[in-house]
Amino acid sequence: MESDIILKVEDVGKQYRLGLVGTGTISHDLNRWWNKIRGKEDPYLKVGETNVRSEKSSSEYVWAIKNITFEVKRGEVLGIIGKNGAGKSTLLKILSRVTSPTTGEIKTRGRIASLLEVGTGFHPEMTGRENIFLNGAILGMTKAEINAKIDEIIDFSGCLRYVDTPVKRYSSGMRVRLAFAVAAFLEPDILVVDEVLAVGDAEFQKKAIGKMQDISSSDGRTVLFVSHDMAAIQNLCSRSIVLKNGSINFIGYTSDAITNYLTTEDGNKLQLHDRKGSGIVKIVSIEIFSEHSKTNILTGQFANFTFKLNNNSGVTRRDIRFDFRIDDEKGQRIAWLSDFVVSESLKPDAVVNSITFRVNRFPLNKGTYHITTYLTVRGTVSDWIQNACSFSVTDGDFYGTGKTPPLNQGKTLLDYDII
Amino acid sequence: MKTAQEHWLYVISSKKKLIDFNFKEIWRYRDLLFLFVKRDIITLYKQTVLGPLWYLIQPLFTSLIFTLIFNNLADIPTGNGVPNFLFNLAGITSWNYFKDCLIGTSDTFKKNENIFGKVYFPRVIMPMSVVVSNLLKFGIQIGVFIGFYIYFIWFSSKSYSVSPNFNLAFLPLLIIVMALLGLGLGMIISSMTTKYRDLIFLVQFGVQLLMYGSAVMYPMSYFEEKLPNYYWLIEWNPIAIIVEAFRTMVFGTDDLDSFKLIYAGIISCIIFLTGLVIFNKTEKSFIDTI
Repeated sequence: MESDIILKVEDVGKQYRLGLVGTGTISHDLNRWWNKIRGKEDPYLKVGETNVRSEKSSSEYVWAIKNITFEVKRGEVLGIIGKNGAGKSTLLKILSRVTSPTTGEIKTRGRIASLLEVGTGFHPEMTGRENIFLNGAILGMTKAEINAKIDEIIDFSGCLRYVDTPVKRYSSGMRVRLAFAVAAFLEPDILVVDEVLAVGDAEFQKKAIGKMQDISSSDGRTVLFVSHDMAAIQNLCSRSIVLKNGSINFIGYTSDAITNYLTTEDGNKLQLHDRKGSGIVKIVSIEIFSEHSKTNILTGQFANFTFKLNNNSGVTRRDIRFDFRIDDEKGQRIAWLSDFVVSESLKPDAVVNSITFRVNRFPLNKGTYHITTYLTVRGTVSDWIQNACSFSVTDGDFYGTGKTPPLNQGKTLLDYDII
Repeated sequence: MKTAQEHWLYVISSKKKLIDFNFKEIWRYRDLLFLFVKRDIITLYKQTVLGPLWYLIQPLFTSLIFTLIFNNLADIPTGNGVPNFLFNLAGITSWNYFKDCLIGTSDTFKKNENIFGKVYFPRVIMPMSVVVSNLLKFGIQIGVFIGFYIYFIWFSSKSYSVSPNFNLAFLPLLIIVMALLGLGLGMIISSMTTKYRDLIFLVQFGVQLLMYGSAVMYPMSYFEEKLPNYYWLIEWNPIAIIVEAFRTMVFGTDDLDSFKLIYAGIISCIIFLTGLVIFNKTEKSFIDTI
């Protein structure tokens, strides 16, 4: 039904100029103006490349997002996922009217409020209570509305003791609590949330997620939720959008969207900064294959690590020793996987072109990990690549309870029961 | 399918209408205006010893120095039996309000980049709050001025020929004109500095220079008498007209030049509206250029 749609985004695009605003600014402005008074189109709108972060640009202009079209129904929680620089924040900025789009338009039937960053406009010299009023008003509440809810807000924040103390004396966590409390009691028709849950302790995160679920389910309000946390997206959102290089790559059910997001990442590229060895047998590529994707592994799911080899001189299996090591993002060695310790089905006189390691229930906690490979031929090092590639692990519900050990408590997930 | 009854609360698009004010929206955010004013007032002098006394110290000392330099040393007459000190205090009080409005609003975008980059509210609330909170400061300074006024007229040994008259009824109107002018110029400068920062430096010393061209420490008639060739420089300067009119009103020594005052009012309105239009145009996308 037409009236069910609360937000309609039509062909929205946003163009940015790269580099410094400085030389050429005036000349471009003048050129624009000259074209405008002659009734022509802005000449710089035609140029511009898509937003691929890692490639060198040839044009001065870039489309941060382009051709974004979607609709949101009343009461829906829509997830927005994408890599860094995919255009998520730009989209949210346009939605929350911080900046205007270059092309297209957005139509809405309700008030949009954003939690782009909580605590906006907090003044350190003012007390918590005064800041609640100021912050609430900035977010669009009237004084009467805040007055009606002030007790609930203070209660939710859990900062009652400090509410008449200047905010500059608060810990950063308390600030976030207070700020989120204000925003949570804001009653917009559409709430835009960007990664606010990254801060705050576990207790508060739970509270915040619960509040967001409340907002959408019981109050029937619409939420647009941006996060890198797939577990939170999966929990909260029924539908999701995957942004890639500034345009919509996928839109649909969240589980499909997450699969899409994880598989559209670029494949594992070998990083050969630190390679040693004779090179008789060399590693050509590393493929990581799991339930969902090529670069992402889910905890508790199987993962295959396939190492493709360049073996032109026909070295047989018995002459090759191969292992690879997994380090965490701090460089701490987590695991050593080697053909030395396990038995295998490959025949000793076969000429090998690839070796695959299969881990049945992947036991590492979520995070990014690096692989170092070590290959010897008849006892001499043939190919030794430090940090050959990296992969990320996402929460895949290892224990089947929906819960994960906190990251600071350990990298390894052991399979155990309580009896 | 697009139906005719399609009704949207608002539409966000790239199209910029030249004049696009949403007064209803500004009205909805009126509480924010007063909370900003409150914030400005209660946080300005936090952790200072003298607190709001600073409101008084600055104009008093400036007037004292002006009296010493311009009247006693340079012998500028203040005309018609007006006490020198009171003359300067009147000039500085009215000039200060204009100056504070101008400087306070001229860096609106830059100063509030953080807030503006995160949430939307009608941006014009910000400069408006500056003008309102300065009004309070102005009120306090007027209070001080009245104190000295009473002292000089009734308790001073010399007799001065000043007395408030009927023209004083126009004072609120004059203050509004002053606020509009300061706000308008401030908004124009603020909008332009988002892209070209050069203006920031201009404002700093430009305002300083403007004070000398705004009849703050001399009567306009004296300037005309001494430097008739350059009189055009200040004759049509709206802020000079306003400062002069303020003195005329409070001292009641001359007749009000109503023609010039109307001229200043019209100029102020034009500048204010221009400022509003430019400000509105800038607020949509300044966050990309600042």
